[in-house]
Amino acid sequence: MVAGKALMTPDRSSPYRPSADPPSGGPISLDLPGLPDAPRPAAPEAARIKADVRGLSFYYGKNQAVKNVSLAFRERSVTALIGPSGCGKTTLLRCFNRMHDLYPANRYEGQILLQPSGINIIDRHVSPIEMRMRISMVFQKPNPFPKSIFENVAYGPRLRGVRSRSELEGRVERALKSAALWEEVRDRLRKPGYDLSGGQQQRLCIARALAVDPEIVLFDEPTSALDPIATSRIEELVHELKSKVTIIIVTHNMQQAARVSDYTAFMYLGELIEYDSTATVFQNPSKPLTEQYISGHFG
Amino acid sequence: MHDLDRIIRRGRRNDRLFNVLGATLAVVCLTVLGVLVAQLLIAGIPRIDWQFLTSFPSRKAARAGALSAWVGSLLVMLITASTAIPLGIAAGIYLEEYARKNWFTNLIEINIANLAGVPSIIYGLMALGLLVYQFRLGQSILTAGLTLGFLILPVVIVATRESLRAIPQYMREAAYALGATRLQVVRHHLLPYSAGGIATGVIIAMSRAIGETAPLVTIGALTYIAFLPPAPFSPLPAGPDGASPGMYGPFAWIMSPFTVLPIQMFAWVSRPSSPGNDFAPNAAAAGVILIVFTLGLNAAAIFVRQRVRRRVKW
Ligand SMILES: Nc1ncnc2c1ncn2[C@@H]1O[C@H](COP(=O)(O)OP(=O)(O)OP(=O)(O)O)[C@@H](O)[C@H]1O
Ligand SMILES: [Mg+2]
Repeated sequence: MVAGKALMTPDRSSPYRPSADPPSGGPISLDLPGLPDAPRPAAPEAARIKADVRGLSFYYGKNQAVKNVSLAFRERSVTALIGPSGCGKTTLLRCFNRMHDLYPANRYEGQILLQPSGINIIDRHVSPIEMRMRISMVFQKPNPFPKSIFENVAYGPRLRGVRSRSELEGRVERALKSAALWEEVRDRLRKPGYDLSGGQQQRLCIARALAVDPEIVLFDEPTSALDPIATSRIEELVHELKSKVTIIIVTHNMQQAARVSDYTAFMYLGELIEYDSTATVFQNPSKPLTEQYISGHFG
Repeated sequence: MHDLDRIIRRGRRNDRLFNVLGATLAVVCLTVLGVLVAQLLIAGIPRIDWQFLTSFPSRKAARAGALSAWVGSLLVMLITASTAIPLGIAAGIYLEEYARKNWFTNLIEINIANLAGVPSIIYGLMALGLLVYQFRLGQSILTAGLTLGFLILPVVIVATRESLRAIPQYMREAAYALGATRLQVVRHHLLPYSAGGIATGVIIAMSRAIGETAPLVTIGALTYIAFLPPAPFSPLPAGPDGASPGMYGPFAWIMSPFTVLPIQMFAWVSRPSSPGNDFAPNAAAAGVILIVFTLGLNAAAIFVRQRVRRRVKW
């Protein structure tokens, strides 16, 4: 444990160093040879930071939907965004892949630093295309393209210039496996994606998001349109995926947040009220508002 | 309970009433159309034969044919299609996907909607002033094709925009979220998904254009054309000294004078006929050819729509 802590220390400060980390300071410091199976620390401060939100405000025209939010998302963990309807969860999530750029009159303030390079995602000089190539999104409603299953998953790699048939096939297979869909669709990759059930479509969308090896995957209420069985499959999936990527998931479902997330951020009226490990937020929240929301007094 | 019963019964009765009304109207419309077409077919089909399709007009009704007219119609439509379709689709995409919504684009939008309603003869006048006199394009296939192109441009633009608007916004977001650029979203998603609607609009516009007469008469289409436009690379007529003067360029035909089916029809209808020299069957036969063209275009529209619909769902 002590050795683990000592090793972590340089990591914690590394995000704030101007340039890239030395190779040895990568996210896998816990896997250094000789270390006896170091456990992943539970406390928020212990894991490496992947995205550092600092003083983020977001405006739809004059309407401020996110108010001066600061929080740091940990690498290879699941962070849940919870809060009553209209509190700005989706808005915050869509800042990460600059989806707001698609519509006029939207305005960001503050910073979202993508670590380890420290690039500010919402800087006007940073290309939204690049950010979307590095940060994938899974939407609330399954939205496969009206193309074949294969083409749906292959689209991201194609956009990134992958031409070779065999590489595309490899990527599609890997992504579908990661999304726990491969066994169900392996014989019908040429069939249209919308022939799948709702839950399968959502997993197809997850595969599509994973096929590009994203650094962060954003989930916006990915199970709200699904039945309980499809929901639990997606939850399992999210749980497995965090060994590979950083996950931010918006959910209205308290049980879901408790089940899948390591950290939970509670938002209210555009502000961040509380952010801590999920266990703390749910069992021992520090703010009365959080407690009221979690116990179902409003929302 | 009683009340509920009455309300339901009344609802049922109204439903049935509307059903009957609608069916009657549909039958009436179809009957009128059917009678008109049948009359044309009865009068025209006996006249259609190889001779009619391959002969030029003539003073003798029995020797006259529609060759220059149907070739003219096809060539004019070729020019119309190759100008209005790409331009209209591009403009529709620009207005719907690229242009910022402001007073200027609103103004353009309103004007395009209005243009679609301008009487076609106005287009003829404009083309006469602009294309014939100003740009000196002559009373040619090119002028005619461009005139009809102007005529259907607003329809193509509106059809394109409507079809794009029918694509749910989340399809666009799905593509953008993967890192697609605007052009990639248009090329990989919006165009394929809206192809059915766009094709339908385009083809309906084309079948309107193929029957247009007034604007072409205005720009000076001839009614009596006894030659075909020069085929690409065909030899030029020999000079007085008999030397071979070379050949026509690939696009020489676009500057050729022309006539089209509806004008030829009009010429035959308005021609005084004497016993033994009746032009009415010729007019009807030209009408049949015109209808075959139109039906062909509509069949193509249905075919494209079905194909795309099978492929694209959301
Ligand atoms: N496109 C928009 N234009 C203007 N205001 C918007 C827009 N989208 C959202 N808002 C406003 O921003 C605020 C936050 O909305 P947001 O969608 O982020 O909430 P949310 O937390 O995701 O809610 P829900 O749980 O219902 O999805 C709301 O007050 C909403 O009315
Ligand atoms: Mg939301």
